Amino acid sequence: MTTAVAVSRPQDRPTLGEFFLRAPAVGPALALLVAIVVFSLTTDTFLQLDNLSLVVQQSLVVGTLALGQTLIILTSGIDLSNAAAMVLSTLIMAKLLVSGTSAILALLLGLGAAVVIGGVVGSLVTRINLPPFIVTLGFLTMLTAAAKLFAGGQAIPVPNGLLTWLGTRRYLFGGIPITYGMSVALVMYLVVWYALTKTPWGKHVYAVGNAPESARLSGIKVNRTLLSVYLVAGLIFGMAAWQALGRVPNADPNAFQLGNLDSITAVVLGGTSLFGGRGSVIGTMAGALVVAVLRSGLTQMGVDALYQDVATGALLVAAVAVDRLARRQS
Amino acid sequence: MRHRRLATLAVAATLAVSTAGCTVERHWGGSSNTGGSGKAKVGLVTKTDTNPYFVELRAAAKAAADAQGADFSALAGQFDGDNDGQVRAIENLMQQGVNTILITPSSSTGVLDAIARAREAGVLVIALDTATEPAEAVDATFATDNFEAGRQEGAYVKAALAGAAPKLLMVDGTAGSTVDNLRHGGFLKGIGLTDGSPEIKGRTAANGDQSLAQQGVENLLQRTTDINAVYTMNEPMGRGTYAALNARGLVNQVIMGSIDGGCEGVQNVKDGQYGATVMQFPKKMAEQGVTAAVEYAKTGKKPSGFVDTGSAVISDKPMPGVPSQDSTWGLQNCWGGK
Repeated sequence: MTTAVAVSRPQDRPTLGEFFLRAPAVGPALALLVAIVVFSLTTDTFLQLDNLSLVVQQSLVVGTLALGQTLIILTSGIDLSNAAAMVLSTLIMAKLLVSGTSAILALLLGLGAAVVIGGVVGSLVTRINLPPFIVTLGFLTMLTAAAKLFAGGQAIPVPNGLLTWLGTRRYLFGGIPITYGMSVALVMYLVVWYALTKTPWGKHVYAVGNAPESARLSGIKVNRTLLSVYLVAGLIFGMAAWQALGRVPNADPNAFQLGNLDSITAVVLGGTSLFGGRGSVIGTMAGALVVAVLRSGLTQMGVDALYQDVATGALLVAAVAVDRLARRQS
Repeated sequence: MRHRRLATLAVAATLAVSTAGCTVERHWGGSSNTGGSGKAKVGLVTKTDTNPYFVELRAAAKAAADAQGADFSALAGQFDGDNDGQVRAIENLMQQGVNTILITPSSSTGVLDAIARAREAGVLVIALDTATEPAEAVDATFATDNFEAGRQEGAYVKAALAGAAPKLLMVDGTAGSTVDNLRHGGFLKGIGLTDGSPEIKGRTAANGDQSLAQQGVENLLQRTTDINAVYTMNEPMGRGTYAALNARGLVNQVIMGSIDGGCEGVQNVKDGQYGATVMQFPKKMAEQGVTAAVEYAKTGKKPSGFVDTGSAVISDKPMPGVPSQDSTWGLQNCWGGK
């Protein structure tokens, strides 16, 4: 998972900075570990299997959004519209279902819509060479409005069934309650991790993010790689919609208004560079979890919600500072 | 509450939202704004245009305006707390030459300047649903008495506890918002506690959002499940709280109350998800607002002061000393989609 392109200096030991550059997931994993240890020591309720399961469930939606966001940020792009696409997708699924469409078809059409949105965004980025920031800024506005128009100002409750499975179906794994959603998210992370680190496509993604011109000169089809990233990310955002309905069986056009920023937070906390080309989805997983761990642990310590925001923000700045210092040292 | 993180991106996102803005055709140099000139031109400014509550308010106002032969246009902020969007909406309505503005202010103090300008131009301004601070900033306020609504919720929970000492969780909305404070304070009065009472076992602020409420209560319940009462500030948060309680098997030992009277919330009461909800009547606010506007256009007479449009406890388990209606009545009188 350490795909960072670092100049190797085998003759001497790597500096701390180089270490973090080569293994960007180590920092966030450490932060996660420290947080878990601290809360386990300061409260007697945190380190319980039920609670650990709950914390993972609480981070599933943002964690899934962040998985797609990681791919896009690795190509030195950014997606401000991912949560809006997800919300629109939940509404499509819910509305189709309650209007009599079969659950499986509603799910597939919702996923399909998210892929189409990813495709359109990707096409604008690659064909017309627009900056992803601007394209997705525009799409954030459009998709938010589209979701509200489509919903007609109403949240749509979703009856139990296929669309809510990811949250309602669960099994026990060594005493830990595991929801279908947790399993699905884990599989998705493993698949993306494998694709990024073990396949030529993954190497192209990193190369395009690092230095698109060099990538092009070395024969990589830059635009095709970029488009594929946006399509895959779109599918992942559609899966986030399914996760969201499992967590809260209610498709609400006003939900997840800051989901885009939450996903970027998870990616950055996970050690992925906003400049692209460096990072890992394992780090993103840790980044998403650490936010949920902080909220859960601080609540159990009796810390006011606004101070929890302060803590999350401070951690984010610290993460970026570490990233910057690591670059400077090397 | 959820405002945090990546300031630059937040600024950019805000930019996107504000460019979307309020879209209404401008009529530069609009006609006379003053009353007593005949035809009523009513402008409505709501907090958002998607919340079912405001959708109902808008639909009722439009129906009342049509019935009474008044011109009607409606604008809204982009999100709860969008003061800037509401100021722009007021300006746009003045350009259109309305003679009455009905507004549900996003913040009690956020739009006072624009309201003052409208009143100077002779426009009748009536606050619907949410009072301004000071209340005299508008000509009149037609609203639920939110303190009273909170008090009724608290009184119901207290009665349902039947003498047991409360062990309470409080699920607030947006920290610092007027309605939030009034309902919160009213609830505490109704149940006979004060902020800081040891009977309050935990608090979370969930921005009125179902999934945030669920997450907040899940985390509070990890600290202690020894509770028997929950205050929720509105029904979406009530649903999120119910999900968290249900996952812990606590539903039967906890009395939960809520406020709103949306049809989904009344259905929740009917389904036994919470003990009671306190219904408000947005339709009445809208109708009375439009009637006042028509009166002003005809005669130049302005309403004044606070007009309570009422609230009613909805419960299928009535408690002595707490007047209530059952969920069947509730479903006939609720607002939003059924």
